[in-house]
Amino acid sequence: MNLIRNSVVASLFLALAGCGSEVLSPGGDVAAKTRDVLGITTALILVIVLPVLVAIIWFAIRYRSGSEDAESEYDPSFHHSVQLELLIWAAPLVIIIWLGALTWVSTHKLDPYRPLDSETQGVTDGAEPLVVQVVSMDWKWLFFYPQYGIATVNDLAAPLDRPIRFELTSTEVMNAFYVPTLAGMIYTMPGMQTQLHAVINETGEYKGMSSHYSGAGFSGMNFPFHGLEEADFDAWVQKARSSGQVLDRDAYRELLKPSENVPSAFYALGDEELYHDILNRCVEPGQVCMDEVMAADHGGMDHAGAAHAGTGDAASGEEAARAEAAVTASPDGHAGHEPAASDTTAPDAGSATPAPLMQQEAAPADAAHWGEGAAAPESAPAAAAAEQDQSTHQGMNHAPANAAPAAAN
Amino acid sequence: MAVEANVTDSTFLFGRLAWSKLPITEPVVVYTFVAVVILGAAVVAALTYFKLWGYLWKEWFTSVDHKKIGIMYMILGLVMFLRGFADAIMMRLQQVMAFNGSEGYLNAHHYDQVFTAHGTIMIFFVAMPFVTGLMNFVVPLQIGARDVAFPFLNNFSFWMTVGGAVLTMVSLFIGEFAQTGWLAFPPLSGVVASPREGVDYYIWGLQIAGVGTTLSGINLIVTILKMRCPGMGLMRMPVFTWTSLCANILIVATFPVLTATLVLLSLDRYLGMNFFTNDLGGNPMLYINLIWIWGHPEVYILILPAFGIFSEVVATFCGKRLFGYNSMVYATVCITILSYLVWLHHFFTMGSGASVNSFFGIATMIISIPTGAKIFNWLFTMYKGKIRYELPMMWAVAFMLTFVIGGMTGVMLAVPPADFIVHNSLFLVAHFHNVIIGGVVYGVFAGINYWWPKAFGFKMNQFWGHVSFWCWVVGFWLAFMPLYVMGLMGVTRRLRVFDDPSLQIWFAIAALGAAVIAFGIFALIMQIFTSIRDREKLRDVTGDPWDARTLEWATSSPPPAYNFAFTPVVYDVDAWHDMKEHGYKRPLSGFKPIHMPKNTGTGVVLAAISVVLGFALVWHIWWLVVLSFPALIAAAIWHTFDYNRDFYIPEATVTETEDARTKALSNAV
Repeated sequence: MNLIRNSVVASLFLALAGCGSEVLSPGGDVAAKTRDVLGITTALILVIVLPVLVAIIWFAIRYRSGSEDAESEYDPSFHHSVQLELLIWAAPLVIIIWLGALTWVSTHKLDPYRPLDSETQGVTDGAEPLVVQVVSMDWKWLFFYPQYGIATVNDLAAPLDRPIRFELTSTEVMNAFYVPTLAGMIYTMPGMQTQLHAVINETGEYKGMSSHYSGAGFSGMNFPFHGLEEADFDAWVQKARSSGQVLDRDAYRELLKPSENVPSAFYALGDEELYHDILNRCVEPGQVCMDEVMAADHGGMDHAGAAHAGTGDAASGEEAARAEAAVTASPDGHAGHEPAASDTTAPDAGSATPAPLMQQEAAPADAAHWGEGAAAPESAPAAAAAEQDQSTHQGMNHAPANAAPAAAN
Repeated sequence: MAVEANVTDSTFLFGRLAWSKLPITEPVVVYTFVAVVILGAAVVAALTYFKLWGYLWKEWFTSVDHKKIGIMYMILGLVMFLRGFADAIMMRLQQVMAFNGSEGYLNAHHYDQVFTAHGTIMIFFVAMPFVTGLMNFVVPLQIGARDVAFPFLNNFSFWMTVGGAVLTMVSLFIGEFAQTGWLAFPPLSGVVASPREGVDYYIWGLQIAGVGTTLSGINLIVTILKMRCPGMGLMRMPVFTWTSLCANILIVATFPVLTATLVLLSLDRYLGMNFFTNDLGGNPMLYINLIWIWGHPEVYILILPAFGIFSEVVATFCGKRLFGYNSMVYATVCITILSYLVWLHHFFTMGSGASVNSFFGIATMIISIPTGAKIFNWLFTMYKGKIRYELPMMWAVAFMLTFVIGGMTGVMLAVPPADFIVHNSLFLVAHFHNVIIGGVVYGVFAGINYWWPKAFGFKMNQFWGHVSFWCWVVGFWLAFMPLYVMGLMGVTRRLRVFDDPSLQIWFAIAALGAAVIAFGIFALIMQIFTSIRDREKLRDVTGDPWDARTLEWATSSPPPAYNFAFTPVVYDVDAWHDMKEHGYKRPLSGFKPIHMPKNTGTGVVLAAISVVLGFALVWHIWWLVVLSFPALIAAAIWHTFDYNRDFYIPEATVTETEDARTKALSNAV
């Protein structure tokens, strides 16, 4: 297989790779493996496509009316042949069986939700991944580095050979996060969290972009991605910390205003709960976080205010244990629902963490659009609960899935 | 942004419509508007001067004749094709210009409408009318029927399609069109991100046209199942009829999904419900699943009839029965069923689990097996054939070569990890243009060249046909090869401006390709024009200019209103070829009066009211909604009381028509 891989990649994509394509000559091993799948797929299909192309041209010329072959071989009664028909169904079938097997294996191995292990170049088993929380906004990218207490706009960096876990969401519309040199793209969706695991093996400045159209400023949603040596990465982090700008709710509200072609900006992270609250759509006071609503629903409570105390009856033992670890039965106790938390390696479970499917009792941020009254009565205790939870959340800052809303259903 | 501020301002009389909503600040639109007004005035003046209104109304607009309706569908498709292609040219120009800090000549508001309109128009108002038009014209003739099962419904379906197209076109000058991409994914198409009327134009344009498409699907299914002439069992149907049957089954099964999805979206937008919103329990992923449950079968709705056209063309011009008729039918049915099971491959990158992605990826690849079988069947029809390279056959060979490449890139996209790196890229754009142009458009051109003599009684001009063919083939590769290349370089779709100057050369090549295609379209129009001008020279009186094999060629060209004086009887696949082999003699006497449906203007009226209703809904002009919706229902009910719907073509007329043909045939020999 290696032989095929090398020759295919070399022959098919060499010219393009020479053009500086980050898709075909990436600096990260996940993207490289993905590229190889594309190459092998192409080679397998060509096994059948090339002969077909040749045969079409050959027959088209050979049997043209007036040619000797057409006149001598013309046989209007030849319109059925069991052997030939078996062949024309079986030959593609064989290719598809091969390709199907390749698909099954490679889709699981390269599942974006699957944490990296030592099969990936440069990654050692058990290495602590760099967590980057990604928020696509109108029309820029906001990156949180919770382990380093910094945030950036339109500027992304990672140290070499350290696995990166991206957790991604969006503010109002869908986008797709795409750094071709790192890995394939993944959608970012409001109120939901997707995941992507990748690593960078070579230093350099690479392209990052949104690859899913999201409105007027979409074309300018580009950002540089820096693959850095450890020391340079530390310097990059330091630059953000000492930028003098602090990302708190007020700064975030400024960012929320639609803007285009936004230059890079660096912040010290002033609000540990901000990403969680963006994901759960409860940045503004009075909004009830989706995870709390879901937790309340899960606990059979009839309004969100009860969420705070209502999750003690967590269904599984694992959840109970997590709830205990979180000291209180806060909604984060349900982090265990997050299908692909870093300590859960079942790749199949990976799925966009869905939004809650039940009604949220409190008025939404955009209540004005609906012409409804402001906060419903229930929202008051809910908001209070959210406030009280702040302390617990802070304590959980490094928990693997602290920001994931509990999965509905 | 003053316009945005008063988006929801509303007056009783005009709803949200106001002077400020007219795009008078966009010069491109203003010039277009002036050109359209002048051209439209000229057409109206000419029609009035030559006193053609009455003729058009009596002979065409109100006609329930499937042949005339088919031709009108083709004209609609062609007109909308010019609009859709103008959008394409604008995109190519913008993308080649917007480098090195240049913003190009289109702002985001305009550019985003252009690519949305391009996709919407090309699929709904170009490809669908073309395909429906050919099915309408050909299927009843191929099965030896006198019309479709529900002739009035056919007329109504056509006018509803026109209505949808009209509403979409109105958005060019009154207000704006959606800026969401052609499938209008929420939350972008929701009322929060898109508060203006663009998405509403999209919704109501498609809803009105969708009524037409669904009814036309029902109509053709019933026609094919119930109105085949004696002897034509299912396994003796021409392959085009088979593929039409399958395409219409797909229509009937999937268009209601589109309708329901758009209803849910409009409930979100109009009544503040929360099916697809970010908050209050809505979920945009539902919309994306639903729309693709319609959207994937839709591409097979388009491509299956094209496969049918190529099957007829290849068999005719190779002078052989189609190789592997049975496996061709089974392949068609396999594709029909499998096309429902693959929708998720349009969003592997949404974060479904690996097993789900694998399932849909492998299901997608499995479709390539019956599709491959079809390619082989055409290939082995050519084998030991005597291939006459008339224009339809040229299109067929170009199709085979192009479509195989498109199929290959399709399978590449079907492997989820590979899809992760080329999804939403120009590679994807190149792929679906490769299969839609190389498959559907080439198929439609083959069909037009093939059945034109049947429709009008004279062949098409060869010279301009060849020019058009070569321009399309060369232009296609020039326009889309660079997109494949750029896709593999990580360039994504729907971008308006670019940073990387090294890409400009590729966009320049693509723009050149688009220019070559533009000349190909010009050549097509010239081909139509010169064909009509030189019709006496190109005349065919035999009714069978290609020595073809199926029943439509058994009657005169153009066929009489009743298609066949006597219903044919079928003994084999390729019935007409079989009849010729066995020395079939045309009956010359014993004609009887023929029972036919009467023309009616109700279809035009209903569609016109629908357009008014749609316009009122788009602009929130509620009094007009309250008036037009009951009017629509009332007009439909009123029509049901019209019992004067049929008539008999008298025996004398039939005899006269058939004698004229006899005379023409004997003169020709």
